[in-house]
Amino acid sequence: MATVDIRNVMKAFGAVKVLHGVSVDIADGEFVVLVGPSGCGKSTLLRMLAGLENITAGEIAIGPRVVNNVPPKDRDIAMVFQNYALYPHMTVFENMAFSMKLAKAPREVMEAEVGRAAKILGLEALLQRYPRQLSGGQRQRVAMGRAIVRNPQVFLFDEPLSNLDAKLRVQMRAEIKELHQRLKVTTVYVTHDQIEAMTMADKIVVMNSGNVEQAGPPLELYDRPTNLFVAGFIGSPAMNLVKGGVGGGGFTAEGGAVLPLPEGASGKAGVYGIRPEHIQLRPDGIPATVVLVEPTGSETQVIARIGETSLTCAFRERVSARPGETIHIMPEMGLVHLFEAGSGRRLAA
Amino acid sequence: MSATTTAPAWNRVRQEPGWLARVFEIKIVLVLACLFPAVALLMTFLTYPLGLGIFLAFTDTTIGRSGQWVGLENFEYLLEDPLWWNAVFYSVFYTGVATFGKFALGLWLALLLNNNLPLKSLLRAIILLPWIVPTVLSAIAFWWIYDPQFSIISYLAVDVLGVRTTNIDFLGSAWPARWSLIAANIWRGIPFVAISLLAGLQTISPSLYEAALLDGSTGWQRFRYITFPMLLPILAIVMTFSIIFTFTDFQLVYAITRGGPVNSTHLLATLAFQRGIPGGQLGEGAAIAVSMIPFLVFATLFSYFGLARRKWQQGEGND
Repeated sequence: MATVDIRNVMKAFGAVKVLHGVSVDIADGEFVVLVGPSGCGKSTLLRMLAGLENITAGEIAIGPRVVNNVPPKDRDIAMVFQNYALYPHMTVFENMAFSMKLAKAPREVMEAEVGRAAKILGLEALLQRYPRQLSGGQRQRVAMGRAIVRNPQVFLFDEPLSNLDAKLRVQMRAEIKELHQRLKVTTVYVTHDQIEAMTMADKIVVMNSGNVEQAGPPLELYDRPTNLFVAGFIGSPAMNLVKGGVGGGGFTAEGGAVLPLPEGASGKAGVYGIRPEHIQLRPDGIPATVVLVEPTGSETQVIARIGETSLTCAFRERVSARPGETIHIMPEMGLVHLFEAGSGRRLAA
Repeated sequence: MSATTTAPAWNRVRQEPGWLARVFEIKIVLVLACLFPAVALLMTFLTYPLGLGIFLAFTDTTIGRSGQWVGLENFEYLLEDPLWWNAVFYSVFYTGVATFGKFALGLWLALLLNNNLPLKSLLRAIILLPWIVPTVLSAIAFWWIYDPQFSIISYLAVDVLGVRTTNIDFLGSAWPARWSLIAANIWRGIPFVAISLLAGLQTISPSLYEAALLDGSTGWQRFRYITFPMLLPILAIVMTFSIIFTFTDFQLVYAITRGGPVNSTHLLATLAFQRGIPGGQLGEGAAIAVSMIPFLVFATLFSYFGLARRKWQQGEGND
């Protein structure tokens, strides 16, 4: 096990810069999720960590050792690929034992190590099968088994669940997290799915167009997003972000709607953020016209309009309103996020 | 909705199919009509000549005289014919050495082309050239290259480099002529092998190489454990075709040496032609041609069963 230090790392493909000085500190045994929209550079960063891409500038250290010029096989890492990259012409056993075979390990050692990993993942019955004969979830497990057998300092996962169906994804998500709790190996996990990030991570690193927007524990990112990008990216359904300005006895949206401001709010606020789940139904609330009702069972999502401003609301209670009717809603004052208009930075509230 | 104008009234006409369309609605008619052109062409240009060839092999037909059924007499005669044995030997030797050369060089070329090279598509086009040029043209070019007096290789060796004092005798005696023909055949065959194997290489996912890189493999190990086993099915098919084309080769040998010197470079195909057309012994020529069939069947079965299907390709799932 080891720490990972990424210090001001840059990456350019020819003239195109994809990473502009990224720094991330990863503690020993930590589960770090790199999350961001596609093209933000998260996979590139992971591949640089693995040694599959070279580092244009900056440093990456695994443990005390700077690995910029260390070839991938000597970095003591193991990676799970998005398409699993299982060798199709080898059985599950041979796939998992391949690194030991290359290192000329004796047969007994291979059997013991593969057996140990197979037991952890419940693959004992499948060792003689070929990858083609496995289901998606089983292949996923074999890919993880191949990584476990290596006994690496760091596990790298590159969007490992994106090829699975929704139900299996939730199941494998729990399995990977449980595996991490058992093995306590430092893990770097790349995904574009913020729910995966929220549920699995000790620390989330939100990236956007080659920069780190915010890094921290999941709930900190949820409670105190430092800028508009993180505010909009973390949380589902996404936070309502309303443009406008302070004035007229509250926050006046561009469409004319007036939303209440918490006490001591900065007068510079240009964007008003409120999460759908932080809007309540209150008889004394602001009247709003219902546009759309989406019941999911556990909650009801309602899109309502105040003047020209649409707000997505998520109510725990069942709402019987129909489109066109009027409901009365009120943001929870302590949970309103205010951002500066130009820079998008969070204003202390 | 007040702005919409009403469309003029019309009655939807139901199309009545014509008699031809109705006839083609009958499935058996459609099937026969679609099959007829292909079957007719194959029967005329493939089945009939093949059948006639096999029939002639059992007769003593000569040009100008229809022969009589002689049973296996032609084949019995061939078994005692040193020229036939000579052609069998050279056909096998020629096929074996040329196939080995084509695959060694073709695989090497395919591996090179699979890297990210500048001007990749231009290089690929250039590599296909020997295959695009008609065989007879390239054979004539090789004839010049191997000419006793004007050979460019001799010119380079004698006049430019000065490593020899006399011209090289490429086609004047048996073994040099045999090797020269093999070299020409390899040159012609490389593009087919290289391009086919390149297509196979490109189906191997790059992430497998990355996974192997992380697993600690060397370049040779990646070739040995990833590239080669995954290429094997395509290799088998390409090799089957290559063996068939090489074993039945005619043009190159006939254009460069005509089987000489002293019949030393006859392949079975050139010998069959020599006997049958200029020699006039149609029955015997046909028997020589038919005698190629067992060799071809054996080569095909060998590469099909020996190399083609692997267990890992079978099983469930299509992805």
